[in-house]
Amino acid sequence: MKKEDIVLLNHGSGGKMAHELIRNLFFRHFDNEVLTSETDSAILDVGDGQLAFTTDSYVVNPLFFPGGNIGKLAVCGTVNDLSVSGAKPEALSVSFILEEGFLLSDLEKIVISMAETAREAGVAVVTGDTKVVEHGKCDKIFINTSGVGWLSREKKKISYGTGVAPGDIIMLNGTLGDHGITVLAARESLEMSPDLQSDCAPLNGLIQHVFETGAAVKFMRDPTRGGLATVLCELAETLQNGIELEEENIPVSPVVRGACEVFGYDPLYLANEGKVVMVVAEKDADSVLTALREHPLGQEAVMIGQITENHPGKVVLRTEIGGNRIVDMLAGEQLPRIC
Amino acid sequence: MKYIDEFRDKEIVRKLSDEIHRVSRKPVAFMEVCGGHTHAIQKFGIPSLLPDHISLLSGPGCPVCVSSTRYVDQAVAFSRLPDVIITTFGDMIRIPGSTSSLDREKAAGHDIRIVYSALDAVKIAQANPGKRVIFLGIGFETTAPATAAAMQVAHRLKVENFFLFSAHKVMPPAMEALIDEGVKLDGYIAPGHVSTVTGHVIYQSIPGKFGLAVVISGFEPVDVLQSILLLVKQVETNSPRVEIQYGRVVLPEGNKPARDLMYEVYEPRDDWWRGLGMLPDSGLGLREKYAGHDAESIIPVEVEPTREPRGCICGAVLKGISKPMECPLFVRVCTPATPVGACMVSPEGACQAYYKYHR
Repeated sequence: MKKEDIVLLNHGSGGKMAHELIRNLFFRHFDNEVLTSETDSAILDVGDGQLAFTTDSYVVNPLFFPGGNIGKLAVCGTVNDLSVSGAKPEALSVSFILEEGFLLSDLEKIVISMAETAREAGVAVVTGDTKVVEHGKCDKIFINTSGVGWLSREKKKISYGTGVAPGDIIMLNGTLGDHGITVLAARESLEMSPDLQSDCAPLNGLIQHVFETGAAVKFMRDPTRGGLATVLCELAETLQNGIELEEENIPVSPVVRGACEVFGYDPLYLANEGKVVMVVAEKDADSVLTALREHPLGQEAVMIGQITENHPGKVVLRTEIGGNRIVDMLAGEQLPRIC
Repeated sequence: MKYIDEFRDKEIVRKLSDEIHRVSRKPVAFMEVCGGHTHAIQKFGIPSLLPDHISLLSGPGCPVCVSSTRYVDQAVAFSRLPDVIITTFGDMIRIPGSTSSLDREKAAGHDIRIVYSALDAVKIAQANPGKRVIFLGIGFETTAPATAAAMQVAHRLKVENFFLFSAHKVMPPAMEALIDEGVKLDGYIAPGHVSTVTGHVIYQSIPGKFGLAVVISGFEPVDVLQSILLLVKQVETNSPRVEIQYGRVVLPEGNKPARDLMYEVYEPRDDWWRGLGMLPDSGLGLREKYAGHDAESIIPVEVEPTREPRGCICGAVLKGISKPMECPLFVRVCTPATPVGACMVSPEGACQAYYKYHR
C-alpha cells in the first residue's frame, strides 16, 4: 500500500479489490484463525456448543425497490449468512445511522418490514443502536445487523467446505440476478416488466427443510455481491479442485436475461438475496433436489455443475453453445449499491 | 428470446463448426476489429470450436482502448476545474492516465458522472446552469451520430454550458494502417454496428488494394462462426471481397441520415490512436458552427506531461501483433482490478477478455 492510495468504490464491490483490502489490511492487523478462515459467519466454540456470529451493513440505493427495502434486506442478509453456515439463527442486533431530515414515516415502513421479516424467519431483534448525523453526512439511512445462531458440531464443516470432493454436485435454488437487476432498474428509473422483483428472502426455512432429509450438505454459500461466479471461484481456490458448470442449466429469468443483454452484464456476477449454492454428494443429489423443490423458495432448484479433479483451482463454464471458458472473480464492474 | 436464442442454437453452432473444420485447409489469421466481437468470441468460448490453424486476433475497435493517455490526462485536468461536471460512459473512468484516473478524481470529490447517452449529459447541463458540463465523446461511427444528435439538441435549445471533448474516431484509416504496418492478416471480421451507419462501401479498398477477405459480422455466436466460415471460403477459393453476414441489421448503403447528421456536426481531423500513432483524417472534431461547445477550445486547462506505462504492450495488442499473454505485465501486474493499460479496463478490451475467459 502506498501512502497516497485512497479508498475507491471498487474496494466495496465484493470482487478482487475488496479481497485485497481484506487480506492486505484487515487480516494483517486483526489476524486470528477464526477471522482468516473467511467463512460467512465466524464459528466459535462456546461451552459444549458451536456459535455462529456474523455482521453486515446495508447502504442500498434506492431504499425501496420491488420485492423489498433496505430493512428487509438487512434482516435477510444476516439470517442468510447464519443459515448458510449451517446455524439456526437465534437473535439479531440492529443499528441505524440516520441522516437528519429523513422522513419518520419512511423509517417506520422500514422497521415494520424488518419486524415482519424477522417473524417470518423466527428470529428476535434483541438489541440495537441509533445514531443521527447532520444532513449530507450519510445517504438517508444506513443499517447494520449482527446475528448469532447455534449449530451442531457436524455442521461446522459446511462453512469451510472441507468435506467437498470430486464428483460432488452443485445446486442452486432458482434464478440468478433478480435482485441486482431490480435494484439497477429502480435506481435508474428504467421501465421493466412488472414481474421483475428482488428475490430478497430469509433462507433458513428452506435450508432447514433440506437438513430434514438427512442428506449431508457439504458446503453452502449465498451468492450476494459478486454473484455465483465469485462464490464458486473462492470454493475452487480453497479446495484446489476444479469446478465445471453447464451454462444451459443455470436459470435466469427472461427479464433479467434481456436486461443483461442490453447493459452488458453477466448474470453469473449479479447479486442475489434469496439464493443458496449447495454442494452435496452425488448419491444425495436427487433427494436434496426434491427437498429444495418442495419449498416455495426452491421450486426452480437445479443442478448446475460438478466438482472435478480437472483444472484444479479453476471454474470452467461449458457455454450455452458448447464452447468452454474460464469463469473468474468479479473485477471492478460499474454496478450500483445493491445491498 | 427472439434474435438471441436462434443465434445461440447449439445445433447450428455445431454444424457451422463442423463445416469450418471441413472447408478450412490453409493456416489463417483473421482479425476481429470490434471490441464487441472480442468480448463475444471469448465469452462464448468460440476459439475452442475452431481448428488450431485458424487464429483470431483482436483489433483496435475498443473505443476506450485506443484513446490516448493524453486524452485521459486532459479529462482529469478538466475534472479538477471549479464548476465542472464530467459526464462519461462507465469504462472511461477507470482508464489510467499519466498519474491519475477519473475514478481517483471522483473519489477525491470531483463531480464525475456516468451516463448512458450524450443526451443525458445535455439534461444534466440544463439542470445545472451554473456548471460547465463536459461530455467525453468516445467511440466510432456507431456512437458518433448519437453524440452529434445530442450536440444539435444542445445547440438548438441554447444549452450553452454543454461541452463536448471529442475523441470520436472513424474505423477505415485504422484498418488500412494495420495492413501498412505489416500485420500478417488473411481477413477482417468487420465491425457490425459501425457498418450499420457506414454501409459496406468503406471496406471496398481492402480486398482490392490488399487482397484481404472482409465479412461484416453480427455479435452472436452463430453470426461470428458463420462469418468465419465465409472468410475461410474466400481464402480457400482465393476470392477476396466484402460480404455482409449481418444482413438483418446492416444495409449495403448504411444509414444515410446518421451519416449526414455526423458530418453536419463534425469534420475529419488527424487523430492519435494508442498503438497506431497519428492517423490522417481518422478523428472527428467539431465544425465551426459548434465551436462554442468545444471543450478543447473554450475551456483552457493545463495538462500534465504524458507518461506512458512502462512495459505495457497495449499498442502491439491493439495491432494484433501480440497476444495479451505475451505482455510481461499480464496477470502478474496488470489485472482488471489494477489495470496498467487501457486494454485491461474495458470488457471490450482484448486484455480483459483474455483475462476473464481464456487464461
